[in-house]
Amino acid sequence: MKLDSKVPEGPIAEKWTRHKFNIKLVNPANKRKYDIIVVGTGLGGASAAASLAELGYNVKNFCYQDSPRRAHSIAAQGGINAAKNYPNDGDSIFRLFYDTVKGGDYRSREANVYRLAEVSNDIIDQCVAQGVPFAREYGGKLDNRSFGGAQVSRTFYARGQTGQQLLLGAYSALSRQIATGKVELFDRTEMLDLVLIDGEAKGIITRDLITGKIESHAAHAVVLATGGYGNVFFLSTNAMGSNGTAAWRAHKKGAFFANPCFTQIHPTCIPVSGDHQSKLTLMSESLRNDGRIWVPKEGKPGLTALEATKIPEEERDYYLERKYPSFGNLVPRDVASRNAKMVCDEGRGVGATGKAVFLDFADAIKRLGKDVISQRYGNLFDMYQQIQGDNPYEVPMMIYPAVHYTMGGLWVDYNLMTSIPGLYALGECNFSDHGANRLGASALMQGLADGYFVIPYTIGDYLAGKLNEKVSTDHEAFREAEKEVKERIDKLLNINGNKTVDDFHKELGHVMWEYVGMSRTEEGLKIAKAKIKEIRDEFWKNVKVVGTNDELNMSLEKANRVADFLELGELMVDDAQNRKESCGGHFREESQTPEGEALRIDDQYSYVSAWQYNGEGKEETLNKEPLMFENVKLTQRSYK
Amino acid sequence: MNMNLKLNIWRQKNANDKGKFVTYEVSDVSPDMSFLEMIDVLNEDLTRKGEDPVHFDHDCREGICGACSMVINGRAHGPKRGITTCQLHMRSFKEGDSITIEPWRADAFPVVKDLVVDRSAFDRIIQAGGYVSVGTGGTPDANAIPIPKKTADIAMDAAQCIGCGACVATCKNASAMLFTSAKISQLAVLPQGQTERYNRVEKMIMQMEEEGFGGCTNTGACEVECPKEISIEHIARAHREFIAAKACSHNV
Repeated sequence: MKLDSKVPEGPIAEKWTRHKFNIKLVNPANKRKYDIIVVGTGLGGASAAASLAELGYNVKNFCYQDSPRRAHSIAAQGGINAAKNYPNDGDSIFRLFYDTVKGGDYRSREANVYRLAEVSNDIIDQCVAQGVPFAREYGGKLDNRSFGGAQVSRTFYARGQTGQQLLLGAYSALSRQIATGKVELFDRTEMLDLVLIDGEAKGIITRDLITGKIESHAAHAVVLATGGYGNVFFLSTNAMGSNGTAAWRAHKKGAFFANPCFTQIHPTCIPVSGDHQSKLTLMSESLRNDGRIWVPKEGKPGLTALEATKIPEEERDYYLERKYPSFGNLVPRDVASRNAKMVCDEGRGVGATGKAVFLDFADAIKRLGKDVISQRYGNLFDMYQQIQGDNPYEVPMMIYPAVHYTMGGLWVDYNLMTSIPGLYALGECNFSDHGANRLGASALMQGLADGYFVIPYTIGDYLAGKLNEKVSTDHEAFREAEKEVKERIDKLLNINGNKTVDDFHKELGHVMWEYVGMSRTEEGLKIAKAKIKEIRDEFWKNVKVVGTNDELNMSLEKANRVADFLELGELMVDDAQNRKESCGGHFREESQTPEGEALRIDDQYSYVSAWQYNGEGKEETLNKEPLMFENVKLTQRSYK
Repeated sequence: MNMNLKLNIWRQKNANDKGKFVTYEVSDVSPDMSFLEMIDVLNEDLTRKGEDPVHFDHDCREGICGACSMVINGRAHGPKRGITTCQLHMRSFKEGDSITIEPWRADAFPVVKDLVVDRSAFDRIIQAGGYVSVGTGGTPDANAIPIPKKTADIAMDAAQCIGCGACVATCKNASAMLFTSAKISQLAVLPQGQTERYNRVEKMIMQMEEEGFGGCTNTGACEVECPKEISIEHIARAHREFIAAKACSHNV
């Protein structure tokens, strides 16, 4: 099937402006005749729900948490990029665009990324107007800092809690619309299926997590802003409830899934301490501004942080500064992660498990003083001490890479519409802007760009043609979808096997991390595929879900999500197998430069893989959207 | 190093159930586990035995989403200051300890199941006025209004609130004044919040009372248990705002 990305004609800097003029508008007085469903209340979902309601549409907004303010965007620490060029250091929309395409290792769609850079400045203005307390300089102007993969300071931040502050800004806008009645909020409600009528998205099926009630909701369009699927790995920096179910169910109804194997492994996380571990905690990348990453030149098994302070300079290997002198500790995330794995594989890893490297602030504290460091990173240092028991003001931190973000997601066109008409995907839920590797401080930018400044324009183009269309849950399609959802829940509750949902989730996670994690091989992927199938088969025969549907039932919620991860995991393997090149976070050992860097094969793989579902147990069909680069020259990424 | 512990946990099937404490023994608890991971281990055991696991709210497990909410040995979020339940680690306990775990208790936070409570009253307080009424688009350049660093810092101190409800659970009056005042204070000090300053404080306080939260009697317990260490200075500021608002109110 040919994929139409609907990228507008014209020079890149004019595309969005022209497109906004060319797409259809819905008359202000007619907007109240349309109902829109928005699933998710993170940066993408909350900003979209609020902005669409402000325009006059009737919005139904859903989240599985007890409050929209708890969506996982809240946990983003470091900051948000924008091309304001306030520090006068050479930034521009074009440079932000360029850095993002390059950072993504040339596997994103140019036009989408340019638009992202273009609206980035509006986001900062919007958030400040809402009262988001960004960090400021003494003169009262906004402060900026640097992030990985950039040589300018373009990152706006609110201490180490930027995601929180931006989300609370969007949540406040959403709350205002809830108060006016334009948004109807459904908290503790999970989407379990998408409903199509005549091939177009016209509603969803939900489960009330308190009462278990299965309900239908109809609308003229459905917007998914349900985040990423990093929890397929069991251990990740995602929230415990983050899941891929909404996106996966949409995929099974016909939405193509793009680049599922593009996973970001974040370099600065707190290392795993034991089997009981339920999740991993990220330490913001902003720490790499002042922290220096090193391991001993000669392996010292079991080296503790306290012992490390006594190791003389000449016996330390600041490997990022050595290998990448111009970017140093601020190389992009994929490069930093892979190098950490390499030094640990060489036997130079530190700590009890040997799977950690040092992030050392001794020099920065000497240079800037403890107060400055505390102001910049105080809450992160406290968090570290709480979890690890070490004081990072006195001894180096220990860090190791962990799954953090998924660049892959539902395929969308320039309007952010999926391959199902009327179904949109925003933020991490779609695939469009980060290619094979996302740069730091760009996730917040994309979530808010999509929600505040893209979907309010592009959704009108679809809706304008549906003016007098009545939507109702009376349609047979809703009954069928409800029936399927109920049958699946009954099935899960009646297996009554011997293993818990977490047992299966952990098994899947081990396979994914081992074979589909930081480096991937043809052989490993084959093993992974077979193992995932085995785990999935056993799951449906031997999982134990206690309780009933008609109550708050955590086991059932998890079982539903893990069942989907068991399918999605296999598609990630298929995608990784198909893409025999290395690019960004996708490292195929068979494709590397003599120095061990990711080696792209542009003439064969400059495309987006868009997978099409063919039915239960069948292999999926690969559709390709070729990527054209007219404004950025493809080069071997170099951060030396 | 590993510990054996006795847990007295509040079990309540649903909002209508009376509820009771049930005692569980857990063994081989590693000091590196987080408190919630210790409950995970208990829940896995319960599930294997076919019993209903202990339900509790949790999500990010890094102290920022505000979902987790347990009263541990009589203290909201447990014995340590400045952290949430999910940030509490088992190294804060010792072999043979008996630990009592309860939900937030307040009329305005009815129990949903076990340790899960309904905190939607907080959302409604924000909906009453905890925002700047600015629509998407058409806003001035972010640097157009300089804001003194000190002011931005005060706003940020207040804005850190994670809406967990520990302040309510701790207060003998079950007052939501720390939560409500944090938002009032953030927007009262910033220039962006000036236009609706007085209207906001009146509406938010009114909503707080309507939800059934008690009044503030300045005991300061909330400040002690707040995982983000939000100061009761914000309550003082909210009081001043409220008095000023009354003096020039259009609402009464």
